Amino acid sequence: MTQNINLTLKVWRQNGQQDKGRFETYEVSDISTDMSFLEMLDVLNETLTLEGKEPIAFDSDCREGICGQCGSVVNGRPHGQEKKTTLCQLHMRHFKNGDTIAIEPFRARAFKVLKDLMVDRGALDKVIQSGGFISVNAGGAPDANAIPVSGEIAERAMDAAQCIGCGACVAACPNASAMLFVSANVSHLALLPQGKLEAAKRALAMVRTMDACGFGNCSNERECEAECPKGISIINIARLNREFFKAGFFSHNE
Amino acid sequence: MNWLINTLGSSVGKKLMMSITGFVFILFLIGHLIGNLTIYVGPDAFNAYAGHLQSLKPALRLMESGLIFFAIVHIFTGLILFYQNFKARPNRYEVNKQAGGRTLGSATMPYTGLIILAFVIFHLFDFTFVDKTGRTVYDIVAASFSNPVYVFLYIASVFIVGIHVSHGFWSAFQTIGINHPKYMPTIQTAGLLFSLIVAIGFGFIPLFISLIS
Ligand code: SF4
Ligand code: FES
Repeated sequence: MTQNINLTLKVWRQNGQQDKGRFETYEVSDISTDMSFLEMLDVLNETLTLEGKEPIAFDSDCREGICGQCGSVVNGRPHGQEKKTTLCQLHMRHFKNGDTIAIEPFRARAFKVLKDLMVDRGALDKVIQSGGFISVNAGGAPDANAIPVSGEIAERAMDAAQCIGCGACVAACPNASAMLFVSANVSHLALLPQGKLEAAKRALAMVRTMDACGFGNCSNERECEAECPKGISIINIARLNREFFKAGFFSHNE
Repeated sequence: MNWLINTLGSSVGKKLMMSITGFVFILFLIGHLIGNLTIYVGPDAFNAYAGHLQSLKPALRLMESGLIFFAIVHIFTGLILFYQNFKARPNRYEVNKQAGGRTLGSATMPYTGLIILAFVIFHLFDFTFVDKTGRTVYDIVAASFSNPVYVFLYIASVFIVGIHVSHGFWSAFQTIGINHPKYMPTIQTAGLLFSLIVAIGFGFIPLFISLIS
């Protein structure tokens, strides 16, 4: 049932990387529980703009849970407390009238805060650029079904491919490790015949880039899989480890 | 050799070293516990077991050197990981909440690890590097456990070992890439059972000795 609620928001405000940042408190009233979390922030931003104040900077794009642009830490939980939900798909009906909500950016050395809740997740792109692709000679389109893939393998590859690159796994990890993200991307290609050809090179390059970007080391805390909006499992991390050892010890790549 | 340094020096490689050395210590704990069980048979059986170990000199020395080597690798790699992971998040969260992945064991690995290191050193100075002339190993052990402070220290320490192993056990499998829905639940249950067996199995000995003497 639709109802309107009033909330107290403690929002992290930080004017660029030099600024130390602080929480500021805002009251929002008459928020429809049908709204999404980001729409609620839109309402607040409208009020701030009308008052001549700086609106809160946050990322979003699709607002339907598929692009991976949105994401903040809400009351200590990346993307909020609902399981398998992005922040844009988190609805205000999950909050109660009078709640106080703390909103802060994803925090990691590899993710610099650009402004307020907006962080630079370019490190994830760097990891993808280092090996999260397959090289295909552009030519005539191949025949459909020329490369057989079993249904079961396709399912597992597609489960891994669901990763939207939002970075919540990094935000949730006590070590700020990006292993869940990297493992999802390595797994989805390593499982498929098209991706197997470059599997060794890919595993080495992506792990190396991940390390160079300043992410932490995985210590199997499992917070990532609990917070991932796409339900990516740490089984993928075990697969990444296998791929990496295979490549490191048994392939010709260094 | 470059490939080896690149592989083992990476984040995943360091975890591999933690895992393999961790497996060695799990095996060591099993062996140590089985050996200790002779204490329940009586002082003579225990002394005979200790004497038998000593008579295996070359093999024993080899095992000891191996354990020291693995301990050094485990400790140094662990400290590097601890430091790097601490540095990976320079600005901490204001509000911290967990989603249910973390456990008491996983959240305290570096701390329980360091406590275990201190305990092992203390334990070696207490029982191994002592003057054994005129006393049997059992005498030394019984003398130690006549002091309630020692009894408490030992029991507390082996419980901390149990906490460390409760995460380390399944984690070691996950790290070397062994994780499948078919058997991961079994590995996790086995890990919890094993940590209980370690805590209770070792922890009961000081109590037993202090009670019978
Ligand atoms: S693994 Fe999950 S949490 Fe991590 S980037 Fe991908 S979708 Fe986001
Ligand atoms: S805005 Fe695209 S996933 Fe949330």
